[in-house]
Amino acid sequence: MTPLLEVRGVSKRFGGVHAVKDVSFEVRKGTVKALIGPNGAGKTTLFNLVSGVAAPDAGEVRFRGEPIQGLPPHRVAALGLSRTFQHIRLFAGMTALENVMVGRHSRSRAGFLAGMLHLPWTWREERDVEARAREALDFLGIPELADAEATSLSYGQQRAVELARALVSEPELLLLDEPAAGLNMRETVELAKLVARLRERGVTVLVVEHDMGLVMNVSDEVVVLSYGEKIADAEPRAVQKHPEVIRVYLGEEDAA
Amino acid sequence: MTSRYARIAAFVAIVVAVQLATRAAGKEFFLTQLTMSAYYTLVAVGLSLLMGYAGQISLGHAAFFAIGGYATGALTTLDLSARRGAPLVALLARARVLAVRPDPYGGEALGVHPWAACAAALLLAFVVALAIGVPVLKLKGHYLAMATLGFGTIVYSVVLGTSALGAADGVGGVPPFPLPGGLAVGGGRADRVANYYVAWGLVALALLLLSNLVGSRVGRALRAIHGAEDAAAAMGVDVARYKLATFVLSAVLAAIGGVFLTHYNAGIGPGEAGVMKSVRYVAIVAVGGMGSLLGTVATSAVLSFLSLRGYFGTLDDAVFGAVLVLVMLFSPEGILRLDARGALAAAVARLRGGEGAR
Repeated sequence: MTPLLEVRGVSKRFGGVHAVKDVSFEVRKGTVKALIGPNGAGKTTLFNLVSGVAAPDAGEVRFRGEPIQGLPPHRVAALGLSRTFQHIRLFAGMTALENVMVGRHSRSRAGFLAGMLHLPWTWREERDVEARAREALDFLGIPELADAEATSLSYGQQRAVELARALVSEPELLLLDEPAAGLNMRETVELAKLVARLRERGVTVLVVEHDMGLVMNVSDEVVVLSYGEKIADAEPRAVQKHPEVIRVYLGEEDAA
Repeated sequence: MTSRYARIAAFVAIVVAVQLATRAAGKEFFLTQLTMSAYYTLVAVGLSLLMGYAGQISLGHAAFFAIGGYATGALTTLDLSARRGAPLVALLARARVLAVRPDPYGGEALGVHPWAACAAALLLAFVVALAIGVPVLKLKGHYLAMATLGFGTIVYSVVLGTSALGAADGVGGVPPFPLPGGLAVGGGRADRVANYYVAWGLVALALLLLSNLVGSRVGRALRAIHGAEDAAAAMGVDVARYKLATFVLSAVLAAIGGVFLTHYNAGIGPGEAGVMKSVRYVAIVAVGGMGSLLGTVATSAVLSFLSLRGYFGTLDDAVFGAVLVLVMLFSPEGILRLDARGALAAAVARLRGGEGAR
């Protein structure tokens, strides 16, 4: 069976810096895959290559067997890849509910003309979008925040709204960019539980993360990057024993 | 949703009340300037969508107004009667694209029918907006402002320098625009009340369509683009396409205003394409509140009317400039949106903070 996401021999350079060097890995349907590595390892670059923010210089990214490298982000989103941002990117001046409703954009279709004429089918679509957005807020355990201005919420709440916004499109692949960044211990534990619940629901997840503890608990497989190269790709327990991984992470600790 | 229609109903009620008030006060001649201000309001309300919702600025919207006005003016004042024999002219005449009108010397002239001219004018504005919008909307902030300013300057220079468009005199002798029921958009005194209602009816229709749009999936996506462009794209919003569609929509609305005002005034001059006009529209949107269509309509109605009646005298442009400076300094979100209590509380807090520091 073809994996849901295949990254094959992908490279990306920024000037003289080889941010990602010939990296390959797969994400199988229904699994949680983590992408870890020290700062500057190329995690975010790789994430951007998958989500369409940047195009690779070489290599292929395939989603359900179809090449998607170089597609703009809105096209990638329409295919069923949904993402969150490392630095929270909620829409200012909109409520939490409205933010989540935007997440349903790729799964609804009322355009300029239908919107202006307020055609009956668009009312039904709007009702459906709102109902699903409320469901997503329920799933995240924050239904009471629906009418709050999104950017006025606490950091942890904003993360939850972002997750709801990413989930409301019922993505085939959920891309999480450092979801534990800026969260406290309790919130990180909540996040781990949430990822576990998502997997139970059959959502496939690719998570880029700095927090080793979170990754080891929730993922089925872990890819480790160092200086743009893949140095390990295995189950969490095997990765923890991997000599190269230990060197990279302990080496960092020595330096600190 | 119901409040949307309630607001538009209230707007229509005000339009009717103003007309009755002018009659009661014996000032029906005010209706002429009120009618003209309605056509300027079409430009402002489209620009309000572009600036307030999509977050894009245009300092060139007067150009689209002028494109609409000049196109309909030039086409309807053509005289093809000398070429009646040409097959194309004969075909267009038979298809009623051409219409006969009396010429100033008592003869007959053959020009483009106002409806066909209007369609051509709007198509032209559509194509120009598309051609300008595709490259220019890749720019942001200052750069977009400068590029649209440049576009406006080009259109102004072209209409001013083209003798076929009357150069500094503009196009005159534009025939009235016939409507069903024997009405016509034109300067005839008998039609003054009807023209007032036609003009403000168009504004009400634009307001209805745009309010619907703003409350729809598209409006939500536009606000998302305004809030965080990259995140909107990640949600599947085709940011470039939405910006372009909004730009084109606002340009076509401006052109509609230009078409009808040109028929109403029986002509148009190069001043309508001027940069000062574009700045004026931006000032009106700024006062009305970015993202408040009704606020923009109210502001445009009042300011355009006062300006057209000449209340600002020789300081006409200065008034709009001053308005822009004041709004940007004290309430960038627009005066009608100014939360008076919140602003007061903030001012008090600032004063207290200042004392504390001392």
